[in-house]
Amino acid sequence: MIVSCHCSCLQNYPLYIRSVPTEDELKFHYTVHTSLDVVEDKISSVSKALVDQRELYLGLLYPTEDYKVYGYVTNSKVKFVIVVDSSNTALRDNEIRSMFRKLHNSYTDVMCNPFYNPGDPIQSKAFDNMVSTMMVQVS
Amino acid sequence: MEDEALFEFLHMEMVAHVYKKHTSREETEQERGKCISVLERMGFRVGQGLIERFTKDTPSFKDDLDLMKFLCKDFWIYVFRKQIDNLRTNHQGTYVLQDNKFRLLTQLSNGKQYLEEAPKYLAYTCGMVRGALSNLGVESVVTAEVSSLPSCEFPLI
Repeated sequence: MIVSCHCSCLQNYPLYIRSVPTEDELKFHYTVHTSLDVVEDKISSVSKALVDQRELYLGLLYPTEDYKVYGYVTNSKVKFVIVVDSSNTALRDNEIRSMFRKLHNSYTDVMCNPFYNPGDPIQSKAFDNMVSTMMVQVS
Repeated sequence: MEDEALFEFLHMEMVAHVYKKHTSREETEQERGKCISVLERMGFRVGQGLIERFTKDTPSFKDDLDLMKFLCKDFWIYVFRKQIDNLRTNHQGTYVLQDNKFRLLTQLSNGKQYLEEAPKYLAYTCGMVRGALSNLGVESVVTAEVSSLPSCEFPLI
């Protein structure tokens, strides 16, 4: 199951946080925020070393005992982070990739909404629904 | 062709609407800055949205030059159906984009007639370029220069 899903923009403040309601929700927020450092690191190393392999999908950021953290960054430096339960071994890399794709597509739709100010927290219902279906699908 | 005409007419109406309030010539002079900034702000938001869509499937950019190339080729083709004709840079962060046949000016004239009216029709595009760049993480100042219609330059810093 997906435990938490998170987007944050260039300045690293959160645009959207959504997680499965549990007691230690705060812990996920903390995990996600620490993983943003890894995202930064990956972006800068990609631009130096792997010039030909410039992908938006960053893959597994780091595995912890209980969770796997995946990252994705758009050209406009919006970062998506998904935290998945480690026990879920059925989840392939491809599926994670397509989940990020969906997130990205939805985000572009939000961005093209004239009532949305870039940088504000995302309150779009469509985006919300998309994330909910994604969470249900995987769990 | 039709959809391009739509954008062109809408853009013309936008410019006309923004300038409509000021009837006398002196008043227009005074309010010039305000009108320009209104148009610029509209363009800015549009640029932000556009770049989000256009860069959805492209790989991430290596450096600023790579980014400028994208702007000149792909972005300009998406918006104006042509490439930028000339891109110059001093390698210190200043770029000059030159378009010899700028779409929004082609209908105006082919020489120096209406030269003082031209800046109105460029403010929106300046904003659009600035919005696009800002969404890609580059803060910039975009201006426009016209020496002879319909060609124009966009120096950006």
